[in-house]
Amino acid sequence: MAYEVVIGLEVHTELKTESKIFCGCSTKFGADQNTNVCPVCLGLPGVLPVFNTKVLEFAVRTGLALNCEILPFSKFDRKNYYYPDLPKNFQTSQYDLPIAVNGYLDIEVNGETRRINITRVHMEEDAGKLVHAGSITKSEYALVDYNRTGVPLLEIVSEPDIRSADEAKAYLEKLKAILQYIDVSDCKMEEGSLRCDANISLRPAGATYLGTKSELKNLNSFKAVQRGLEYEVLRQTEVLEEGGKVVQETRTWDEGRGITASMRSKEQAHDYRYFPEPDLVPIVVDPVWIEDIRKKLPELPDARRARLINDHNLSSYDAGMITSSRAMADYFDNTLKAGADAKTAANWLMGEVSKHLNLSNCEVEDCPVTPEKLVELTKLLDKGTISGKIAKTVFEEMWSSGKDAATIVKEQGLVQISDEGAIIAVIEAVIAANPQSVADFQAGKDRAIGFLVGQVMKQTKGRANPEVVNKLLRERM
Amino acid sequence: MELYKLSAHELRKKLQAKEVSAVEVAEAVYNRVDAVEDTVQAYISLTREAALAEARRVDEKIKTGQAILPLAGIPGALKDNICVKGTRTTCGSKILANYVPPYDATVTRKLAEQDTVIIGKANLDEFAMGSSTENSAFKVSRNPWDTDTVPGGSSGGSAAAVAAAEAVWALGSDTGGSIRLPAAFCGVVGLKPTYGRVSRYGLVAYASSLDQIGPITRDVTDCALVMNAIAGYDPLDSTSINAPTPDYTKALVPDIRGLKIGLPKEYFVAGMDPEVERAVYAAIEQLKALGAEYKEVSMPHTEYALATYYMVATAEASSNLARYVGVGFGYRGEGSDIIAMSKKSRTEGFGEEVRRRIMLGNYALSSGYYDAYYLKALKVRTLIKRDFDKAFEDVDVLAAPIAPTTAFKIGEKVDDPLAMYLQDVCTVPVNLAGVPAISLPCGFKDHMPIGLQIIGKPLGEETILRAAYAFEQNNDYYKRLAPLGRA
Ligand SMILES: [Zn+2]
Repeated sequence: MAYEVVIGLEVHTELKTESKIFCGCSTKFGADQNTNVCPVCLGLPGVLPVFNTKVLEFAVRTGLALNCEILPFSKFDRKNYYYPDLPKNFQTSQYDLPIAVNGYLDIEVNGETRRINITRVHMEEDAGKLVHAGSITKSEYALVDYNRTGVPLLEIVSEPDIRSADEAKAYLEKLKAILQYIDVSDCKMEEGSLRCDANISLRPAGATYLGTKSELKNLNSFKAVQRGLEYEVLRQTEVLEEGGKVVQETRTWDEGRGITASMRSKEQAHDYRYFPEPDLVPIVVDPVWIEDIRKKLPELPDARRARLINDHNLSSYDAGMITSSRAMADYFDNTLKAGADAKTAANWLMGEVSKHLNLSNCEVEDCPVTPEKLVELTKLLDKGTISGKIAKTVFEEMWSSGKDAATIVKEQGLVQISDEGAIIAVIEAVIAANPQSVADFQAGKDRAIGFLVGQVMKQTKGRANPEVVNKLLRERM
Repeated sequence: MELYKLSAHELRKKLQAKEVSAVEVAEAVYNRVDAVEDTVQAYISLTREAALAEARRVDEKIKTGQAILPLAGIPGALKDNICVKGTRTTCGSKILANYVPPYDATVTRKLAEQDTVIIGKANLDEFAMGSSTENSAFKVSRNPWDTDTVPGGSSGGSAAAVAAAEAVWALGSDTGGSIRLPAAFCGVVGLKPTYGRVSRYGLVAYASSLDQIGPITRDVTDCALVMNAIAGYDPLDSTSINAPTPDYTKALVPDIRGLKIGLPKEYFVAGMDPEVERAVYAAIEQLKALGAEYKEVSMPHTEYALATYYMVATAEASSNLARYVGVGFGYRGEGSDIIAMSKKSRTEGFGEEVRRRIMLGNYALSSGYYDAYYLKALKVRTLIKRDFDKAFEDVDVLAAPIAPTTAFKIGEKVDDPLAMYLQDVCTVPVNLAGVPAISLPCGFKDHMPIGLQIIGKPLGEETILRAAYAFEQNNDYYKRLAPLGRA
C-alpha cells in the first residue's frame, strides 16, 4: 500500500533579547555557570515574575512575519512538571490563548510551492541545563546550570501539513531565514537557540484522517531532522506493512546509531495541569502598536527573492540561494549599492565568496572582503585591467591581507596585457616551440588551440588578455 | 506605664519629645518577650542584635536633630513567611527550617526605609495553611487571653505577639482570613488590604491570587500608620495596583454620619455562636447610633465561597510549592536518585496539612477534573465578585462577623480539617473578591474577644478605617490588655 507522510513541527527558538523574560538577568550565551542568575530565575521562595515587554514585541513581530493573527487578549499559564533543570517545577508558558494564531509560510520543494499552515506561536521561558559527571547513565550526581533558565523562547507549531522529510527541512530553513530577517533570534541549532520536535504519522494515500503519530525529540541539527524523519517513515511503513499498529509514543533520535528509540508511551505522558499564571496579568495588545510593528517589518525572504528575480534578472535558483539568509542578501544588496552588475555580483557571491566563507568557517557578516571592495575588484575585471584568472588570485590576496584590489594589482604587477605588440613576441615563440599542436590545429583539431593559449598564459604569468591571445593565435596560424 | 504597653503613635510622641530612646523602647519590648514568650510562643526567631543596632541608629538621628519617619524606632514583628535578607525565613516548615533568603521582600525594604525595629519572625501555620497556628512545624502559639486556646491562624504568632505586647505592631498575610481571624481571636486590629495594594514580592506564596500582606496592631491608628509604610505600587509585583497611596491617617476621623452599611445576611451562618452574633449586631446598632445607616443586603453566592476557596487556593498552592524538592534550597531528603530524593524531601519536609492541600490542588487541576473543579471554581469566584459589586452599588461598607465562634481550645479541631476550614466561612469571600476588610474587637464572650469585620470596596481602605476608628473611639476594647493566663 502507498502511504502518505504527515508531519507537524514544533520549533522552539530563543529570542535574542538583552535580558530574560521575567527578570533582568542577561541572556548572553557562554557565560560562566550560574552567573546570569538572580532570585527570580532561581525560583527562590517569594519571588515574582515581571514580563519583559521586549519579548512581546519580538513575538508580535514573529507572528506578523508568519502571517498570523495577533490575539488582542492573551495570557500566561503554568505548565506543571517536575524536572531538576526547572527551578520552580513549573514552566511559565502560554496555553489556550497564545499571542499569535493561524499563520502560514510557503516553501518550495522540487520547484513546487507548498503552503504550510502555522497553528500558533507562543511565548515561554527556557529551562536550565543539567551537567552530568561522566555519562548520563553512570553519573553519581548532576549539577544544574541556571544561566539559561528564563531565557525567552517562542514555540512555533505547524499544522500537520508537511509531507516529507525534505519538506520538513525546507520549512525549517525558511523559518530560520524569516526569524533571522526579522532579527528576533540567532537560530543557532548548535547553541540550542533553535530546537525542533516533530510529530509524524502515516496514512493510506488519499485518506483524510490522521494516523497514529510518534513524537520525535532530540533532533539537534537540520540533518538530524531530515534523517530522523526519514528513519521514522521507514520504521512506521514497516510496522504497517507487517500488519502492525503504530504506537503513540515519544521517541528520541539517536544520532550515533542513526535510529529512533522509544522514550515514553502515551500512558506515561505528563499531565501538565495547566492553569492561568496568577502572578502575571493578561497581555492586552494595542492594535495601533501592532500596525506600527507591521510597518517596520523588514523585507522578508519571499519578497526579496521576487525582487532579485524581477528587478535584477537573477535566476530563481540564484535568488533563492542569496536570500536564504538575511546576511547574504544584505551583502548582495550592498554590492548593488556600490555599483555592481547584479549578475556579476551574484556569480561572485555564490562562487568565490561562498567558497572562502565555507573554507574558513566564517559568517558572511564577518567577511573580510566587504561588498564595496568586491565591487572594486569586479570593476577592474570589467575594464579589462585584470583577467578573470588573475581576479581570483587577487580575491584570495584581498581575503588574507585585507588590502584593496587596486593596491594588490599595482604591487604585484598583475595588470592584464592587452597590447598586441607585447603579446605577439610570446605567441611567435609558442608557435615555434609547439609545431605538433599547430599542425593539429591546421588539420582541423580546434581543441589544440586551447593548449597553445594555455602556453601563452603561462609565459605571461596569466596576465595576457585571453581574448587577444586567442585572436592573434588564429591569425598567425 | 510600661513602655511595651504603648501603641506606635504614643511611642512616636515620646521618641520625638526625647522622653525615651529607641533603644529603651526596644529593650522594654525584649524584656517583655523574655518574660512572657515561654507562655505565648509567638516567635520562631528573634533578631535582637539587628534590632538594637537599628534602634541605636534611630537614636543617633534623633540626637542629631534629624527628622524621623512615623514608624522609626517602633518595634514590630514579621510573619515568618516574609523574606528578610540574611535572616532565616522558615514559613513554619521543616522544609525551610534553615532557609536564609538572599533578598528582602518589598515590605521589608519599605519598613527598613522607615527605620523600624524588627523584633523577630512570628510563628504561623506551615506555609500559612491553617486557622489556628497549630500547623507550625516548630511550636503552637497560644492565645494571650486564654493560653489553653489557639490564637487563630495562620498569622497566629503575629496576632499573639501584638496582643501579649511582645511587639507593638506586626505584619501578617491573609489568603482566606489569616490576618483577620487571629486578630479577632486575640482582640487586636487586623487589616487585609485590597489585592494588589501591598506588594507580594518576597512573601513566600501560598495562593498567589489571594495572598495579601497587612498590618496587625493594637488600635486603628497604628493600623493606618503601618499601612502608610507598606502600601503602594511595586514594579516587582505585576499584580500590584498602580494607584497613588493616600495618607491613611487622614481617614481617622470619628465621624460616620451618612455612612451606608450593608449587612450580608448570608454571613450570619447557621451554627454561629449566639453571643458572637449578638455582639456583632450590637456593634452595628452602635454604628447606627453614631450616624450611619444600615440595611440588609443579599450575597447569594456566599455559601459556595468556602468550596471555591479551597479549590483555587489549593490549586495555586500545589504549583507554588512544587519548587520544594531539595534541589536548589531547603530540606533535602536522602534518595538514590532525583525522584527518590525529591519525594523524600517533600514527604519529610512538609507537614500533614500542607501535603493534604497539595494533593487537593493537584487533583483539582488534573486532566479530566479541571473543568469540574478548578474551572468551575473560577466561574463561581466571578459570581462571588459580582455579589460584592452589586452590594456596593447600594452601600459603602459591609459589616459582618469574622468567625462563627471565639477562639477554640488547642487540639480541639486538629483531627477535623472540615471543622477547621469552617472557621474561614466569613473571611474567604473577601479574598476571592480581592476587596479590603478590617477586623477589630467588638466585645467579649467569657473573657474571649469577638471580632467585627468591616469590608470595603476595592481600594476602600480609608472608608473602612474611618468606620473602624469611629467604633473604636466610642469603646474601650482596645485599651484592655490580655491577661496571659488560663481562663
Ligand atoms: Zn534572573
